[in-house]
Amino acid sequence: MLLIPCPWCGARDESEFTYGGSAERSMPALDSKAGLEDWHAFVHRRGNPKGAHREYWHHSHGCERWLIVERDTVTHAIGEVRDAANLADESA
Amino acid sequence: MAPAFPPHRRYSFAGLIRHGLGRAPAWPPAWRKARPKASYDVIIIGGGGHGLATAYYLARNHGIRDVLVIERGWIGGGNTGRNTTIIRSDYLLEASARLKEFALKLWEGLSGELNYNLMVSQRGWVDLAHSDAELEAFTLRANAMRLRGTDARIIDRAELHRRVPVLDLDPDARFPVAGALVQERGGTARHDAVAWGFARGADALGVDIAEERSVTSIEVDKGKVTGVIANGERIAAGRVVISVAGHSSEVARMAGIELPLESGALQAFVSEPVKPVIDAVVSYNAGFSYVSQTDKGEVVIGGQPEGYNTYAARGSFVRIEEAARRAIAMFPFLTGMRLMRQWGGIIDVTMDGNAIVGPSPVEGLYLNAGWGYTGFKVTPAVGWTLAETLATGRPHDLLAPFGLDRFASGALIDDAGAGPYPYAH
Repeated sequence: MLLIPCPWCGARDESEFTYGGSAERSMPALDSKAGLEDWHAFVHRRGNPKGAHREYWHHSHGCERWLIVERDTVTHAIGEVRDAANLADESA
Repeated sequence: MAPAFPPHRRYSFAGLIRHGLGRAPAWPPAWRKARPKASYDVIIIGGGGHGLATAYYLARNHGIRDVLVIERGWIGGGNTGRNTTIIRSDYLLEASARLKEFALKLWEGLSGELNYNLMVSQRGWVDLAHSDAELEAFTLRANAMRLRGTDARIIDRAELHRRVPVLDLDPDARFPVAGALVQERGGTARHDAVAWGFARGADALGVDIAEERSVTSIEVDKGKVTGVIANGERIAAGRVVISVAGHSSEVARMAGIELPLESGALQAFVSEPVKPVIDAVVSYNAGFSYVSQTDKGEVVIGGQPEGYNTYAARGSFVRIEEAARRAIAMFPFLTGMRLMRQWGGIIDVTMDGNAIVGPSPVEGLYLNAGWGYTGFKVTPAVGWTLAETLATGRPHDLLAPFGLDRFASGALIDDAGAGPYPYAH
């Protein structure tokens, strides 16, 4: 059972959230010259690490924000949790 | 050729009586604890049902006996001994259905062939539909199965009541049952006996099985596999198979391959034993839960995977609660019963929910990965077809659609129609 510390709502039970998959990859820009191989890598390839993993969680039964959670896939220990939109703004 | 066990190693009713009367030497171990040689024709990483079946059929069908199976833990300790033991072939898509039907046909004769009681019980698979629309979709699948010569029928509520009398068919239930797809040839097999039976058969044909050895490195030279390092020792081989279920990504990475996989956890549990009452494997589909009763009387309940990436072979109470709630919706008598044991296993799920079996980008290195929670039922068929693929160097007809290249080419086999979201399959 995970207890995810939502930056807006505080620590909440796993059952309030919806998993959104790996956040360790980025979609090729739609106006870029990305070819089939780039899209294949984005859509299909996964590091699937045993250990530290950055992943999306949607606080679907809470504030409805998309979060980026650092979680260990073996111990389930949760590190930094940030709002995904804020992170996108920072990197823009 | 199938192994011919000498009289003192052959399991039989007469042998049982001889041993019971103390007229025979102690049973020899079912397989040797092999100490690996410096080199082999074929090394199979992973001593689960799939790896052992591959070794068995390499020796039996192709005379390739210089084979090593390396297991990190012990035989029967991985996913082969952690599933809910269900065998069936009720799949819609051609590639999926053909391989699973071939497996079911092999299951039907396997106990005799291996001289090992796999307790294959074709008690029937009953897949519940909860609306007329769902029953229509099940009818499409049943018709596809029948066109391929597989048994399937659609039954209505009245017949369902006769088939599984303890099933709750209350029309006012939250998710009432509209009917079911039934495959009478489906059922269960004793899962750890499958690992033990294949291990014993492969051993009798000359295959070495080395337990408690971890592969830490796969050696590749100029794009070709040359061997592995296990417990610090180098073992050479021109052909290596990765057959490690949940840890496929980690092991493939040793050869520089990134797979389209994510690992997750699936748990199951059993109740205390009660008298025989459920004589089929019954699956609930408003959410997912599948229930059968063992010969000992325990009710086995399986549910959905955890729904996020994990390598921890344990599950959350959320999933236990969901699976138990659905099991009780089917069989209200379960309410008063206690759960006795719970366990989890690591599954690896691909971006279309179907397996990757066949050659890899490294010459001589073969993959058998991504079976998710559908691997047990297909064990003998994967062994048979992957052995032929190794022996001939060309993918077996039934395996050809399961190549790694299908993700780049777009020829996906997405039975669930869930897309590249392994946690949704």
